Amino acid sequence: MGNDRKDLTVGGFELPGRWQAATFLAAGSSSFADFLTMAAPDLLPRAQHREGSVPSGVVTAASGAADLSHGTTIVTAVFDGGVVMAGDRRATAGNMIAQRDIEKVFRSDEYSCVGISGVAGIGVDLVRLFAVELEHYEKLEGRSLSLEGKANRLAGLVKANLGGAMQGLVAVPLLAGYDEETSGGRIFSFDVAGGKYEEQRFATIGSGSVFARGSLKKLYRDGMNVADVVLVLMQALYDAADDDSATGGPDMSRRIYPIIATVTEDGYQRLTDEEAGRYAEAVVTERMQLPDGPAAPLRSGS
Amino acid sequence: MSMPFGYVSPEQVMKDKADYARRRITQNARSGVVMSCEAGILFVTPNSSRALRKFSELYDRIAFAAVGRYNEFETLRKAGVRYADMTGFQYDRRDVTARGLADWYGQVLGSLFTDSPKPYEVEIVVAQVGKTTADDEIYRITFDGAVADEHDFVVVGGQADRVVAVIKEQYSASMTLSQAMKVAVESLAGQGDAATEPLTSGELEVALLERDRAHRAFRRITGARLAALLTEARGEPPADGGVSEPEGAGGGTPADGQESPADTE
Repeated sequence: MGNDRKDLTVGGFELPGRWQAATFLAAGSSSFADFLTMAAPDLLPRAQHREGSVPSGVVTAASGAADLSHGTTIVTAVFDGGVVMAGDRRATAGNMIAQRDIEKVFRSDEYSCVGISGVAGIGVDLVRLFAVELEHYEKLEGRSLSLEGKANRLAGLVKANLGGAMQGLVAVPLLAGYDEETSGGRIFSFDVAGGKYEEQRFATIGSGSVFARGSLKKLYRDGMNVADVVLVLMQALYDAADDDSATGGPDMSRRIYPIIATVTEDGYQRLTDEEAGRYAEAVVTERMQLPDGPAAPLRSGS
Repeated sequence: MSMPFGYVSPEQVMKDKADYARRRITQNARSGVVMSCEAGILFVTPNSSRALRKFSELYDRIAFAAVGRYNEFETLRKAGVRYADMTGFQYDRRDVTARGLADWYGQVLGSLFTDSPKPYEVEIVVAQVGKTTADDEIYRITFDGAVADEHDFVVVGGQADRVVAVIKEQYSASMTLSQAMKVAVESLAGQGDAATEPLTSGELEVALLERDRAHRAFRRITGARLAALLTEARGEPPADGGVSEPEGAGGGTPADGQESPADTE
């Protein structure tokens, strides 16, 4: 806590705890999360500062967390010169649809994006903190973190929520970014213990991830261009929504389509609703004829 | 009633501190110019270092400029970034404002001035770019915590009066980026005693809070882009619309004082 630091006083009055000038003037690390831990731990994502204590009357078992809003499926895949991430728009609370147009893919900085699945409250907070963390470092140090550095930082933030995760407040991110050193896209997945795993070609997380991964395995090809990768991801999300009740398919009547973001040398870019809608429409139209979608050849090479 | 031995009156203490800070800033800091123009808010100062910056980003539309002792204003800059990021994280990004930051810097510098034996030898500017030049906000905060709300442009450090005099004669809020650059460079070239030579791109630190840029408006202008901007600025006709003459020929004196720079671009 910042309270034990030497206080600056204004006109003889001590500035209240966290806002005292000495807290900000003290030499410290370039991590915003570290700063918050010292200055205002209550602003950290909910479970982070509780050190495994059980929040009274909230959640004690995984089943209790079912009443909270959950985000579901995120898919991502690389292409030459970048990476694409897509997420469906559904949030569920138990067997209810909590929200039809939730956003689960976020820009974390100019060259990276994060998708989240799990308890939405924790996940959204985590991404917000991560984005400020990256920008904060960039402003203080005058340079961006390397992509690997960003992934390690995110792993640290996820690990800090381990106590919450053990009580069922699980949220895990998926990080995709453009690496200026390799001039290509890279993907990192995480587990609640703070494990960080680099993924090759494509990755999926969330309740529909098994179906999405199966779909990607059959449809993804190396050397695809960005438009084809977007289409493959749209197919994968459709397949996830087809078999997982918690994943939402493209909502043609309400014009709610998956969020699709690309990260390339030119930075982060989110497809507009019109663009995403065109991809969604192409997939839906095709599935009217072939409900199971495109079939991969039985023998490789044919 | 006798005074205790070694007594110095508060007036004397404050005066000594202020004189000390003022003298150090005038002698040791070269001037920095912060100027509103059509493209945004332009920051220009002589600085040959490419690592130790005087201008930097505080938040989305807000930048920080400082002259004086590097370690002191760097401490203030980092504190400001922490303050801005924490405010934005606790409330919303829109709730971080230049006025709030300027007030906060005023309090911090004011406390440091009264409480510490040595005042900070710095002069800082907090600027926020708006939708139009009329919406731009520029605050100057001096070593003693005084906050001033400036309009159009501000000069900090060094021979500020002389620099201001040059800018005043040529300034107009509707200047393009290259016109603003021309005015800034001409005003700074007159600094110091032997400085009749024009400043080159290697000797300048230039940044812009870009008006039309989404999210984070701050960007540095360096390298080839700075060289191009300087060339373009030198090609601008002088403010009186006459034949352009070599930079610095006037030995730092301003081109004679007509406003309304010719509209080129």
